[in-house]
Amino acid sequence: MFGPLIIKPGSSRNNKTGSWRTEMKPKFLRKDCIGCKLCALNCPEGCIEEAEKGAYMCDYGFCKGCGICAVVCPKKDIVMTKEESKEEK
Amino acid sequence: MKQFLEGSRAVAEIVKLCKPGVVSAYPITPQTHIVEELAQMVADRHLNAQFVNVESEHSAASVVLGAEATGVRTYTATSSQGLIYMSEVLFNIAGLRLPLVLTCANRALSAPINIWNDQQDSISLRDSGWIQLYAEDIQESVDLHLIAYRLGEDKSMMLPVMVCMDGFILTHGIETVEIPSQEQVDKFLPAYKPLYKLDPDSPLTIGPLADPDYYMETRYAIEETLKEALVLLPKITAEFSRVFGRTYHGLIEEYRTKDAERVIVAMGSVCGTIKEVVDELRQKGKKVGLLKVVAYRPFPAQEIYAALKGIPKVAVLDKALSLGSFAPLAAEIKAVFFGKKKTPAVISSFVAGLGGRDITRDSVKEIFRLLTAKERQREFIDLKPELLKENYE
Repeated sequence: MFGPLIIKPGSSRNNKTGSWRTEMKPKFLRKDCIGCKLCALNCPEGCIEEAEKGAYMCDYGFCKGCGICAVVCPKKDIVMTKEESKEEK
Repeated sequence: MKQFLEGSRAVAEIVKLCKPGVVSAYPITPQTHIVEELAQMVADRHLNAQFVNVESEHSAASVVLGAEATGVRTYTATSSQGLIYMSEVLFNIAGLRLPLVLTCANRALSAPINIWNDQQDSISLRDSGWIQLYAEDIQESVDLHLIAYRLGEDKSMMLPVMVCMDGFILTHGIETVEIPSQEQVDKFLPAYKPLYKLDPDSPLTIGPLADPDYYMETRYAIEETLKEALVLLPKITAEFSRVFGRTYHGLIEEYRTKDAERVIVAMGSVCGTIKEVVDELRQKGKKVGLLKVVAYRPFPAQEIYAALKGIPKVAVLDKALSLGSFAPLAAEIKAVFFGKKKTPAVISSFVAGLGGRDITRDSVKEIFRLLTAKERQREFIDLKPELLKENYE
């Protein structure tokens, strides 16, 4: 008998770290974005992508709400907001 | 072919025939010359393996762990302090389900420093998840290595096996030993085909973090697998007996116990001495016998129950201690009978042979003499009370 010892590649996608988020989540305002990419590069979860030209968005399924993107954004175009409801995760 | 070989040399010969791809060992004390012989074989190109000399036993165990994870058959050997130094890695090897084979040349643990034989080292690692098999003589040591690879590498097992042979008594003793041919070994032990392995072409992770959601199932799985080993080991030894013509019973061996009134339970080389004493006492009409425990992990509780349930008086001989509690083997033999209807009237516990003190025929006779209606707890045999009078105040 075997326990869960062997992990096939890519299994971290199954671990929805967004469920770790407690109170705050980032909101991407998309007003003053200059496309510098700092938010995506600094995201420890790697869950921020360029959704459309010059507009970035995170995957809330993996965003832990650490707030690093909001801090590094030179245009203050990302703000941390109160989590509305559990469902939105 | 029959050869007159020293125990270490004989084990090296059989390991060579098992064709490990990687052998790693710390070469200095408390090492035996099993790995010295293997290093020579690799240097002489008689064994196509990589021999990795390392700076400690912890590293030796780590090297074979890593090598085994890439899907190659591996081997290492150690004893005493070396085994204990390996212990952190040994728990990992079992947890990672890597079926490598290690020879433990059983020796005492410090302090005080003592390089001679008892079984404290491997007994101390009984909870590591390793299968532990104890050999009585050099031939059995040789044969158990073949059985160990077959058992551990079985697709249903994937667990490491420790072959325990008494240091010096077996590792440095010389016996006539039957070393099988390469063809025989290849037939009995096919090339190692792992269930999974570390391979850049087919990446996977072995042994990642298992949080409370996952850890317990991994331990349960080992526990269940060791129960299955109790069924599989006798099947493999039966096949071994058919192929090689030497009979082993797998988990335990009963020696003249059928009508016995007094039986000693023991493990390892001391069983040979006990058999001689049993034969001698039998000639004098005394109904005595021996129960040899070969598989200590997994512990064959059912087989031991069946073998001892009708015996009036049982003595358990330990060559190790669990300081501050019952002797290890004795505690488990008693546990077998707890709550059972049929049970020996007396199960006495004896400790002997620590740190290489000889267990002579007289020592064994003393155990039979003390095996009376009065139950004994951790009765030390051949103790020298005069050495206990030191006063340091």
